[in-house]
Amino acid sequence: MAAEGTGHHGPMEQFEIKKIIDLDLLGHDISFTNSSLMMVLAFAVIVGYMLFAMRGRALVPTRIQSTAEVVYEYIAGMVKENIGEEGMKFFPWVFTIFIFILVLNIFGLIPGNFAVTSHIIVTFALAAMVWLVATFVGFWKHGVSYLKLFAPSGVPLWLMPIIIPIELTSYLIRPISHSVRLFANIMAGHTMLEVFAGFAVLLPWWGKIAPTGFMVAFTGLELLVAFLQAFIFTVLTCIYLNDAVNMHH
Amino acid sequence: MDPQAAKFIGAGLACFALIGAGIGIGNIFGNYLSGALRNPSAAASQFTNLLIGFALAEATGLFGLLIALIILYG
Repeated sequence: MAAEGTGHHGPMEQFEIKKIIDLDLLGHDISFTNSSLMMVLAFAVIVGYMLFAMRGRALVPTRIQSTAEVVYEYIAGMVKENIGEEGMKFFPWVFTIFIFILVLNIFGLIPGNFAVTSHIIVTFALAAMVWLVATFVGFWKHGVSYLKLFAPSGVPLWLMPIIIPIELTSYLIRPISHSVRLFANIMAGHTMLEVFAGFAVLLPWWGKIAPTGFMVAFTGLELLVAFLQAFIFTVLTCIYLNDAVNMHH
Repeated sequence: MDPQAAKFIGAGLACFALIGAGIGIGNIFGNYLSGALRNPSAAASQFTNLLIGFALAEATGLFGLLIALIILYG
């Protein structure tokens, strides 16, 4: 993300995965990479922060405890609003998804760090997990009648041959749109920062001011995007789960 | 035409998808703002819906960007 000094690096080079420890399992490459390192770091920061913030478990929270409680209540409110009381069964999972993506996004913004969520395979794995869980919950709760999701009530019968394929396609495309949204936002933002960092390196001193100022402003915007995308990913997770649990349609 | 040049032109054309995303996002935020100014008390309750609409509109544009990236690097 930061300018590397020479200006010979392309803007896409920041997304390169580097192996740190070479590992091999039955012919599969399971090396510990910079991506894995960032994920482990994010995990350690989340667990460390939560344990540290909640160590007192005071009725009247200390300042750091109330920050942890704000995050908890925010996601709990989102789950209750979208799925209802029944959805609180899924709360630990939804909370984990939110805070994991949020911390990874913000980690990626620190200059020189690797942005894990800018790789589609990471976001696709998360989105595919959400989709599989939602589909499984739907069939487990409603049985075969979960298929009624694709035939909304109140639609005239002659429209059904058009509506059902559309609904089915939009359901099957969910993991793709869900993952591409997060991946493309983070990747586009980081590429943009890198391009402007390249301007700042190549131009003479009087030309460095504008791109540098833009980068500062844009990093602020990226911080907003980092939160917003984690939020949207979580809200859509709740909406998909709501379809599965309550079948509003 | 040089295939490399055609590739770049194609990637540029794929970015036209962002026009639609721009119109969509502008529409959503503009309408939210005018609605919020008419009835500020209802604005907070619709903020989540605003962000969902924003995300859905943005995703369509990002699909175009994705095509451009696939053309360039795929």
